[in-house]
Amino acid sequence: MSLSTFRGGIHPPESKSQTEKKEIEVLEPKGELVFPMSQHLGVPCSPIVKKGDRVLVGQKIADSEAFVSAPILSSVSGAVKEIGTRMTISGAMESCVIIDSDGKFEHAADFLPHRDFRQLDKAECLRIIRAAGLVGMGGATFPTHVKLSPPPDKKIRWIIVNGAECEPFLNCDNRLMVEHPEPIIGGLEICLHLFPDAEGVIAIEKNKPDAISRIGAELSERSANIRVMPHNVKYPQGAEKMLIYTVTGQEIPPGALPADVGCLVLNVSTISHIWHAITDGIPVLDRVISVVGDVVKNPKNIMAPLGVSVRELVDASGGFTEEPAKVLSGGPMMGIAMRSLDVPIVKGTSGVLALSSRSAPIFEESNCIRCGRCATTCPMGLQPSILDRLVRARDYATFEAAGGMNCIECGSCTYACPSRRYLTQLCRDGKAGVMAERRRQKEKGENR
Amino acid sequence: MANVVLALVPAGIAGGYFFGSRAVLVMAVCIAACVVSEAVWQKLSGLKVAVSDLSAVLTGLLLAYNLPPSIPLWMAAVGGAFAIIIVKQFFGGLGQNIMNPALAGRAMMLICWPVAMTTWALNGISGATPLAVIKSGSGELPSLMDAFIGNIGGCIGETSAIALLIGGVYLIARGIISWRIPVVYIATVAVLSVITGRAGGPVLEILTGGLMLGAFFMATDYATSPMTPPGQIAFALGCGIIASLIRAFGGYPEGVSYSILIMNLAVPIIDRLTPTRILGEAKKNAGK
Repeated sequence: MSLSTFRGGIHPPESKSQTEKKEIEVLEPKGELVFPMSQHLGVPCSPIVKKGDRVLVGQKIADSEAFVSAPILSSVSGAVKEIGTRMTISGAMESCVIIDSDGKFEHAADFLPHRDFRQLDKAECLRIIRAAGLVGMGGATFPTHVKLSPPPDKKIRWIIVNGAECEPFLNCDNRLMVEHPEPIIGGLEICLHLFPDAEGVIAIEKNKPDAISRIGAELSERSANIRVMPHNVKYPQGAEKMLIYTVTGQEIPPGALPADVGCLVLNVSTISHIWHAITDGIPVLDRVISVVGDVVKNPKNIMAPLGVSVRELVDASGGFTEEPAKVLSGGPMMGIAMRSLDVPIVKGTSGVLALSSRSAPIFEESNCIRCGRCATTCPMGLQPSILDRLVRARDYATFEAAGGMNCIECGSCTYACPSRRYLTQLCRDGKAGVMAERRRQKEKGENR
Repeated sequence: MANVVLALVPAGIAGGYFFGSRAVLVMAVCIAACVVSEAVWQKLSGLKVAVSDLSAVLTGLLLAYNLPPSIPLWMAAVGGAFAIIIVKQFFGGLGQNIMNPALAGRAMMLICWPVAMTTWALNGISGATPLAVIKSGSGELPSLMDAFIGNIGGCIGETSAIALLIGGVYLIARGIISWRIPVVYIATVAVLSVITGRAGGPVLEILTGGLMLGAFFMATDYATSPMTPPGQIAFALGCGIIASLIRAFGGYPEGVSYSILIMNLAVPIIDRLTPTRILGEAKKNAGK
């Protein structure tokens, strides 16, 4: 298979060595766990338990009537301590269910293992997937049952498992592929059962040779229409549009979805959770998180129950060797700086990255010199320097006309800019500005 | 900026070698005038003094390379101050200027002091530049070897093609400039010199005058050249055509400076006509 690649992109230092070979360790939660009501893209959930209720592991504690939403399940057994507002990992204050763990881990009986998924029809599979609280665990947190329900006229030809993990520092997907390849392949087989005309492709960046060989070895014993596709190391290879281009050579038109070009892309963690939910009857209770960075004493890959605080993960990794300048949720390219360590991890948390001021200096912006490097690196083919100027002028209409809404916020332009301009940040502001403008227009229309 | 200054060093050494200590003095005056003007302007207007970004040093050096070695030093200083204050800072400073400051400074000097700006001397003997010889039709053309190494009359930094090529190739190899503007510009001039039947032939045509300096170091200025590859090619083509037309049919023997200045002014429209293609958009959107 020849290796094509998408346009643009960058080669930041991979910085994977801290946890590349570290086996996933299981973290036992203590004390209280906090479950924000919005851990997914779509409509936030409402609590269905009340203070003082006893809950079990896997018991649904919040849900929503909306289709684009996913329920939230308790990862421990214990008592509901409070339903209140807490700070979440993004820094926002949100409504949360707080549960005091009793340390017994008694399981709810809501889930049944289905050893043979082939006997389930599509509707039943999707019901289980939704009930398991599955969302895209690569970070986008789009509800999985929605993703797996494309409009019937869209013929799905490829189901792509995203094992690119192009973010520097992170190894959560890598370790999952190395240590637990079976659920990944099994989850893909379930998806192929739902879309029998599709081909399964497991796409892995070439800097993960262990993952490529482990998955490959596991596959050779099966006959299904699944193949491993190693691809070149380039950021942002794991972005959905870039990955689809690399695997199928197709470009997704602006505003269209992967299903429009016959693709569904699922992260390795999501797909293995599909397997666990349907085959083993285990819903989404935990996820792998890389705790990394130059000030982390013992960097680790941790299987962490949802709801534990970032501080617990840091303590489990030996704490900090010095006060970090920045702690990010996620990797260095797309991660979000946290305001506090006392926030709970959620379904979309892939890493905790703590950096010293030496490795995360804050630069002062200088004038754009029009070198064009941002445009050369933009994988979407945008001209960030122009968008930057438009956002600063609050000209959101021209920003939108110049394609600004296509920005995937990958950070490549900011990385490449010799004037250290905050290009990605400005694009993000621009997108928010356009959305606010659209809302205003809509309200105006309704009030008329 | 440091890399561009470094890439200009060979041409500076050649200028010093062929034109003597006087040329070195002109370079020093131009750099000093530019750096001081920038610092004073930024101080007076309450901006952060950013001379350490070396952009003023670069402007000064490029201006000096575009001046005859015998230029009175006060004129050189005025040219440097004009380049920085009027052409660069009045428009918003680094990256905001619409014309190449060094070239605009030179154009101003050529208008104000035409005699001083066109008096050439090599080894103490005054004489015409090769392009002036071609224009007037009288006098002797230099050998290709002399033109290649720089043993000809002309401005301080423009005569040694080999020195400029070394610097230019360095910039391309380091990824600081792309090959598109210099290659297209020089090729256009070579082709048009054949079509217009220029006396020296295409090789002499591209080795003389300010073409090498202009193509590698002035036309490639980020602030005043297009950002997208198709735009850069259109820009370089325009530079080549205008320079060739001035050389062949204009009143001046040389047209590189004006060709770049004119095309600098066309950059906003070129940028507008050559947008990048957004991923997934239909593969035709130029001119939309």
